[in-house]
Amino acid sequence: MSGYLFAVVMSVVTLLFVVHLLRRRQLREKYAGIWLVVSLAIIVLAAFPQLAIRLSDLVGVETPSNLLFASSLAVLLLVAIQLSTEISALEEETRTIAEQTAILGERLTRLEDAADGAPRPGDDEA
Amino acid sequence: MLPAWNEEIALPLVLAELRDAVPEIDVLVVSDGSTDRTVKVARQSGVRVLDLPINLGVGGAMRAGFKFALVNGYDSVVQCDADGQHDPRDIPRLVAAAEATEADVVIGARFAGAGAYEARGPRRWAMRLLSTVLSRLVGTRLTDTTSGFKLSGPRAVSLFAREYPAEYLGDTIESLVIAHRAGLTVRQLPVEMRPRAGGEPSHSPWRAGIFLGRAGLALAVALSRPAPRFATPDHLAPAS
Repeated sequence: MSGYLFAVVMSVVTLLFVVHLLRRRQLREKYAGIWLVVSLAIIVLAAFPQLAIRLSDLVGVETPSNLLFASSLAVLLLVAIQLSTEISALEEETRTIAEQTAILGERLTRLEDAADGAPRPGDDEA
Repeated sequence: MLPAWNEEIALPLVLAELRDAVPEIDVLVVSDGSTDRTVKVARQSGVRVLDLPINLGVGGAMRAGFKFALVNGYDSVVQCDADGQHDPRDIPRLVAAAEATEADVVIGARFAGAGAYEARGPRRWAMRLLSTVLSRLVGTRLTDTTSGFKLSGPRAVSLFAREYPAEYLGDTIESLVIAHRAGLTVRQLPVEMRPRAGGEPSHSPWRAGIFLGRAGLALAVALSRPAPRFATPDHLAPAS
């Protein structure tokens, strides 16, 4: 029984940790959802181990633990893919911001030069 | 437009040459997150400079340059390497070719046999594969699809300002596919290449193999992507 107790405690700790991060705005809701669902599922499974056994019978997996391993792998894979796409989107945003910064910087340099009466790009240099 | 990443040594010479050969055009140096004195050197020679705060890769630098061109009302852009490989005296020829053939993109291609450039092994296969596939796609013979010497006309500038891939090889392969998909015409003009001012192209077969793989992947992805959606009628009206 202590094994189940340990599992319940760990999943409760995970759940509380995610909620804590959410409250401190260190984790945005769109990424937290999956972790909340996963930790709730672990709590339920840890509290009612019979559920895992019945579930694996239902889908035809011989050992209940293998069903858990397989499903956790699938969840982790999906999360990793989601994070990769989010990073790609972030890089595109960074790229746009960098372009904008450079274009504004060039304009600023030009305006400053014009204000100083310095030779402008395109004019012949003294 | 010269995309430049840490080119403080070659850049002054290239800029001076540009001023001598084509004094009537405005030169833009896009410093791609350079950590040396590239920006300073370029400003000192009086050209306009885009100083990207981070390194975005050639494709990233190019799109920034195209946006700049669009914002500042330039209708044609010639892209040219900052290491002195391309002869600025060919720029008027590119412009003339674009006008004569009404092409939107003109590639300054290494003339077969003319340059000292020799590719061997997997790298050569990769380049041959690319030119075969892309030639068939755009309907004209392209011998040098990875050339960094290109003219983009008004339609190409407004297209590339929005859609120019920052992926590996995206600035060469995928940009051509995008241009073709948007209904632009691509042509090539044979030009002579000069040896680079510094550095030798890698000839290690291992690296060349990786290049082949990545080029193939880039091509496959580019071809399988859905057609660009931004093609607004006012920009791309005569496309058939």
